[in-house]
Amino acid sequence: MSPSRWLTVIVALAVLAVGVAACGSSSSGSSSELSGQIAGAGSSAQQAAQEAWIANFENENSGVTISYDPVGSGGGREQFIAGGTAYGGSDTPLSEDEGELKGATERCKPGELVEIPAYISPIAIVYNLPEVKSLQLDPDTLAKIFNQEITTWDDKAIAADNPGVELPSTRIVPVNRSDESGTTENFTDYLSKVAPEVWTHEVSGDWPVKGGEAAEGTSGVVEAVNAGEGAIGYADASQAGELGVAKIKVGKEYVEPTAEAAAKILEESPEDKELSKGKDVFAFELDRKTESQGTYPIVLVSSMIACTKYGSAGEAEIVKAYLEYAISAEGQKAAAENAGSAPLSASLTKKIMPAIEAIEAG
Amino acid sequence: MESVEVAAGVSPLQAAGPRRRWGDRVFSKLALAAGVTILVLLAGVALFLLIEALPAVSASPAELPEGKSLVEYIAPLAFGTVLAAALAVVLAVPLAIAVALFISHIAPRRIVLALGFLVDLLAAIPSIVYGLWGIFVLGPAAVPVMRWLEEHLGFIPFFEGPASVTGRTMFVAGLVLTVMILPIVSAVAREVFSQTPRKLQEGALALGATRWEMIRMTVLPFGRSSIVSGAMLGLGRALGETMAVTIILSVSGIVTFNLISQANPSTIAANIALDFPESSGLAVNTLIASGLVLFAITLVTNLAARAIVARRNVQ
Repeated sequence: MSPSRWLTVIVALAVLAVGVAACGSSSSGSSSELSGQIAGAGSSAQQAAQEAWIANFENENSGVTISYDPVGSGGGREQFIAGGTAYGGSDTPLSEDEGELKGATERCKPGELVEIPAYISPIAIVYNLPEVKSLQLDPDTLAKIFNQEITTWDDKAIAADNPGVELPSTRIVPVNRSDESGTTENFTDYLSKVAPEVWTHEVSGDWPVKGGEAAEGTSGVVEAVNAGEGAIGYADASQAGELGVAKIKVGKEYVEPTAEAAAKILEESPEDKELSKGKDVFAFELDRKTESQGTYPIVLVSSMIACTKYGSAGEAEIVKAYLEYAISAEGQKAAAENAGSAPLSASLTKKIMPAIEAIEAG
Repeated sequence: MESVEVAAGVSPLQAAGPRRRWGDRVFSKLALAAGVTILVLLAGVALFLLIEALPAVSASPAELPEGKSLVEYIAPLAFGTVLAAALAVVLAVPLAIAVALFISHIAPRRIVLALGFLVDLLAAIPSIVYGLWGIFVLGPAAVPVMRWLEEHLGFIPFFEGPASVTGRTMFVAGLVLTVMILPIVSAVAREVFSQTPRKLQEGALALGATRWEMIRMTVLPFGRSSIVSGAMLGLGRALGETMAVTIILSVSGIVTFNLISQANPSTIAANIALDFPESSGLAVNTLIASGLVLFAITLVTNLAARAIVARRNVQ
């Protein structure tokens, strides 16, 4: 190397050293002075939202690098518990299964575990019937359709929900996800709660009924429903596109999967006492059976998982600032634009904020 | 070394006396290292699969996904894998032979090169593109065909129906796999067909054979082992194909020969691609165990191909 090259290298190293020093000493100050990097992993449902949050957050804090690996909820929880990531994303709350809740609590010691809902996505029931502009379904009928008990669109049960609508005699083709997914898990959870007599299958991320049409991912389901007349499927509401979206009976009315209606379910739902033991853990037991006006109960709620204490002050500060941004009105708006999610309600944000504020240097 | 002595007898250029040049020695060591690397890699993969599959093998059925025993879990997948690959090979081999014969014996000389190039180009298309083509183009286009099959040939178990309305069936997946393995099968056959000894072909023609009779009497027997090995190579590719099948097939985890309905058996590779992202713990071990089965199936297929080819060559 020539002398000038050497000089460049030395200067670069010096700059790096200063940067690292700054990193270690920035224990206080405004968020714009944050620097360093953290990694997260988990739910693929959160991917688009996380991308929006990361882009905006890094814009505001040029010294920060955040990565999010959408490996899936299971992988995200595993990596978080193993200490491989600073934060995780999960479509289901940490549970006692396989000792995950215990493992995560253990991982965060001497700090506490933080678990907050950060992403709410309404799951729409999409259908392909060109002549039928509007479709209403009650939970029992919906469950029977997906359980392949109702096989044609002009079935009496569907007609009863749709007075005055002319239904064709087309064969019903229920479309489900072929990959394991949080969307399926939330949808089957809904069906088993509201129509327990029809839907006797176990709640699972793997679709339990054999013989239906199956497609990979949300885009695959939407594409399959698009391709087949008479098809009906479930998909993130933001991806429904041109397809018809069914209104679902809640209480006495039929509700559409709007953002407001989806966000409302968390206000109606009690906290899951078993899983919300720590004061910073907010695991909701979604009240799928709610009859409250204007609430849409088929939603996917995905959480962010973190700790109150980290090895370095810098890491804790970034996690804190990032989570704060994610659930802020601004962050939720960015997610709604990028991922089509339903923003958290103001009252819920207020309720879970203390958990993020508890994150500190340790 | 034996080969050197033989070579010395044939060509004085290749061996400069009893002492080998250092270049020869380096080359021979490098070649040996490359050969050993392959073995080590293969053994490493097999070992990884075995170790990771072990927890699933020893676990009780209740702990495994879907609460089934490992055999019950993997058997339908293995069935689907073999069915899809077999379908592809059955459709691809006659087509590939025809393509190879056309290029080697029938097509005018001017277009032979271009045609061969085009067929090889099929192999260069990424499998995910084939998958997208399958669901957006071939699937919808196959819907009326499958309806027709259901109506007119519904008595055959393969076309029992009810025909899928979206076209994401084993039939379409098999067709896409057919196109994907066509280049490899026809390339192998083409190479050997064009090496059929000229005197045999001319002899046949001189005896009054038509062109088809000449091909049947000389080219096809001469190329038979290449057809078998090409088919086996194609089978290997079809068995392991992941993305295209994952995207196209509407999987249902059942065992059926019905090729045109919406409920199809999944394949091992597609099932791993679909379930791995959201799996953890024992579910991952189960998926890897299914991968081990796929590895075994592919290995057996390849060994069988070798055996068949070796036997033909001796004759």
